[in-house]
Amino acid sequence: MAIISRGFSGRRSGADAKLPPGQYLTTDFPVLSAGPTPNIALDRWEFTIDDGRNVLKRWDWKSIRDLPTDTIAVDLHCVTRWSKLGTSWEGVSLDALLAGLRTDLPYAMFRSYGDYTTNVPLKDVVNGQAWIAFKYDGRDLEPEHGGPARLLVPHLYLWKSAKWVKGMRLMPQDNPGFWENLGYHIYGDPWREQRYSEE
Amino acid sequence: MTWRTASVVRLRDETTTARTLALEVHDWPGHVAGQHVDVRLTAADGYSAVRSYSIASAPSADGLIEITVERLPDGEVSPYLTQQVTVGDELELRGPIGGWFVWRPEQVGPIQLVAGGSGIVPLMAMIRSHVSVDSTVPFRLLYSVREPGAIFYRDELRALSNRGASLVVTYAYTRVTPKGWPRPAGRIDRELIANRTWPSTHQPSSYVCGPTSFVEHAADLLIATGHDRDRIRTERFGATGERK
Repeated sequence: MAIISRGFSGRRSGADAKLPPGQYLTTDFPVLSAGPTPNIALDRWEFTIDDGRNVLKRWDWKSIRDLPTDTIAVDLHCVTRWSKLGTSWEGVSLDALLAGLRTDLPYAMFRSYGDYTTNVPLKDVVNGQAWIAFKYDGRDLEPEHGGPARLLVPHLYLWKSAKWVKGMRLMPQDNPGFWENLGYHIYGDPWREQRYSEE
Repeated sequence: MTWRTASVVRLRDETTTARTLALEVHDWPGHVAGQHVDVRLTAADGYSAVRSYSIASAPSADGLIEITVERLPDGEVSPYLTQQVTVGDELELRGPIGGWFVWRPEQVGPIQLVAGGSGIVPLMAMIRSHVSVDSTVPFRLLYSVREPGAIFYRDELRALSNRGASLVVTYAYTRVTPKGWPRPAGRIDRELIANRTWPSTHQPSSYVCGPTSFVEHAADLLIATGHDRDRIRTERFGATGERK
């Protein structure tokens, strides 16, 4: 039984129906990162897919930007409880990057410039569910929001959408990444409120 | 993670907009300096809202924790916590949460703390933890505030920095300085970082907390003055983050 806070009424909005449990709406775009924002030169940028032994695919900035892109309109849900609805992105789908690659490895670890990591099951990044995004709101992605390129997996809490992404390792089992090792949920579904590892 | 009942045992105003709540938490498991808690308020009709707040107090075995809440003009939870809550009220709370932006007494090497505004709160927990275990690790704090009246924990910081060399505090004012202050009002800059924080040759671990623009700027300055980016930990909050 919850404790009632006398005199507290809260601020509710008609859009709450679109929000996962425990989230509130924001219209600006807060930033959360564990360390300094890395400075990444485009001429040295790369994105690779590997299986822990071999690099299976590799792109430099020009070759990945030559791929066809999607325009993506999605809601974002951060584990720190803000949600932002109807955000607009442009990026290349993981489907396009994984095309032609055959693997039995069911999990992926994404890693970033600055050594951040996060784990996502492979089934969650295929079939139009994830992108490497280069643009936000029609403009090149700002470094503090993950530019030049970040992962976008909008159906999971935003910490899964690794900023400054540089690679994807396919794995036989689901190993925890950076926040997942620090008490955050291994999967992170906002609609099931999977914030912390104990829930 | 379970919700626990917390009773408000003391209230203390830090500034005209920030208030510290001392909470006695049922079955509190203990925390590490730098961690935060979720606080849940529930209205009479069952509507509830949850926000995260950094713990300001040092770890202790008595089940008491303190949080300091800055009132945001358009906040949903912070106005209630800073204006309506009274001693004896009960709240719901869970935690502690977070294992990255923390200082543990067993860490070696000098510590550089850099706070922007209410970003001081988790850093104050580190300072208090440092005091409570009699740590000999030298701490430096660079604390940027809008104006003198916006300083949290002013008397305590003064007393601690007068005790000796284990805590050195430098204030920087962005809008209004005290009378006769040597540095004009303005955001922190390279000169201040170079003169008033640990030189990178001492290999300090740095903790930077504040609004996003402050954290970006401060972390960039630390890197520009030779600090290793792997030794810089950050905690940021946006305008509506209510993450203090």
